[in-house]
Amino acid sequence: MAANGDFSLLERPAHELAALLDSGEVSSAELTRLALERIEALEPSLKAFLTITPEQAREAAEAVDSARARSESPSPLAGVPIAIKDNMCVDGVACTCASKILESYRAVYDATVVERVKAAGMPIVGKTNMDEFAMGSSTENSAFYPTHNPWDTGKVPGGSSGGSAAAVAARQVPLALGSDTGGSIRQPASFCGVTGLKPTYGRVSRYGLVAYGSSLDQIGPLTTDCRDAALLTRVIAGADPRDTTCADVEVPDLAAALTGDIKGLRIGIIQELMTEGIDAEVRGAIGKAAEALEDLGASVGEATIPHIDYSLPVYYLIAPAEASSNLARFDGMRYGHRTDQKASGHIDMYSRTRSEGFGDEVKRRIMTGTYALSAGYYDAYYLKAQKVRTLLRRDFEAALEKFDILISPTAPMTAFGIGELVDDPIAMYMADICTFTVNLAGIPGLSVPCGFSEAGMPIGMQLVGRAFDEATILRAGEAYQEATDHHRRVPEITAKEGLS
Amino acid sequence: MSITRDDVAHVAELARLAMTDEELDEMHGHFGAILEHFARLAAVDTEGVEPTFHPLVRRNVTRPDQIRPPMDRSKLLANAPSADDECFLAPQIMEDE
Repeated sequence: MAANGDFSLLERPAHELAALLDSGEVSSAELTRLALERIEALEPSLKAFLTITPEQAREAAEAVDSARARSESPSPLAGVPIAIKDNMCVDGVACTCASKILESYRAVYDATVVERVKAAGMPIVGKTNMDEFAMGSSTENSAFYPTHNPWDTGKVPGGSSGGSAAAVAARQVPLALGSDTGGSIRQPASFCGVTGLKPTYGRVSRYGLVAYGSSLDQIGPLTTDCRDAALLTRVIAGADPRDTTCADVEVPDLAAALTGDIKGLRIGIIQELMTEGIDAEVRGAIGKAAEALEDLGASVGEATIPHIDYSLPVYYLIAPAEASSNLARFDGMRYGHRTDQKASGHIDMYSRTRSEGFGDEVKRRIMTGTYALSAGYYDAYYLKAQKVRTLLRRDFEAALEKFDILISPTAPMTAFGIGELVDDPIAMYMADICTFTVNLAGIPGLSVPCGFSEAGMPIGMQLVGRAFDEATILRAGEAYQEATDHHRRVPEITAKEGLS
Repeated sequence: MSITRDDVAHVAELARLAMTDEELDEMHGHFGAILEHFARLAAVDTEGVEPTFHPLVRRNVTRPDQIRPPMDRSKLLANAPSADDECFLAPQIMEDE
């Protein structure tokens, strides 16, 4: 076992660990061992992981330690362990998307982000739990087990990247990757008190990410602070010939943009997301955060996104429509589950296979999407939604002309109880009401911890920026974190389990 | 627009999802609730508004057509529910004569 105090290393952000690795005060092998021990100790209470990959992690750690010993100049996060959401392919490792239909599937190649993380010398410790196929807001839609919120294990961690958020919040691992189609990085970051960035659509390659909503999906980091989010985004971002939606736009040195200076920055609070549909405690925390930003020299005004009220129907038409098409590939032919029942013909085989393999929420979205795209309804639903999406996008363009960034709550509430909303899908959909408009507009969104409820649950603030300008929201987020300590608070569970 | 239980059954058929009566009832209820939300879109004036199929305007992306080594066949076949050394095996789709 680790000596007392060693685990406190895992409570430091990755950029500090990278400095310790650089100076030789700690090795990647040691950090990786600590992360794996902490995962083992906390998993019975959290269930943040679906697969743990200790051997691959140790090998990668040893390789990066010996590269460093040969004085090869490593990348900024070399040697820092990382966890990957289970919808991204890691060659040779299970990739289930938390679905029974992919329970036996092993990835046959690395996703581009995984390839880049490996090339950066970051040991992958495992694959994290999620809502099945990233459809959900609580990680309760995992076909295997729900993940528990480290701040209160009776509550959900948010979703769909709930495993990644919980793992970082409990300091099982300093960094994780998630994916965000309608808020799946930011909303769990908010519920778990960590930092999460959804980059601009097209910033990060989705090659090797199991597709959900192709005009919305984006991969991004979950970390303990904005500096780490900047560093990890730099590792994974940039053009990829294997994903034609991945834009050939230069990725700036995002960490260098974190100057701490936000004097004169024009910040707009989205008025439509500060109304009574949002918990009073959450609104209060956002108001205080806005004051803190003002104290740092920013100017704060009122922004408006007039069509935001329509974002729920627009999102729940477009995302399921794209999902129904993307998930047509799961037919029991080439990979995944195939029914054992005697089928009368191949169509019957497909139907039985898919019914056995998909969970309830996935079926709901496939059905909604199929309906929205079906003959007679396409114009009224799908096409109409895409037109209203244009109006939403224009609202953001206009607001971001007047302001440099926009802020709002990340979620309308703090983490809810496990089981509380499972029987009411539409109430569950509301948990992403502050985030999915940002995916519809294609622009970047960041969530940073900005306070705690009276019950002790974290509250998140969302910062929204212009397309391909992650640097400005990260700079504002980092300046805010330098002035506050919400992001430094660690849940008690990390001390309870006999770890220190 | 309302939807009948038969419509839901038809959508399930299109989506290749075999559903029990109970599941169809539940799905019918869900459709009723979600369609109420969708109906609100009808009130938005979208006259002359172009749809946004992709959030960022992009041109078509091409690359030179070069021959590259394919993925390893045995590795791919290892994930199949049924395969021989060369092919995925599908259930019989033609009746015996």
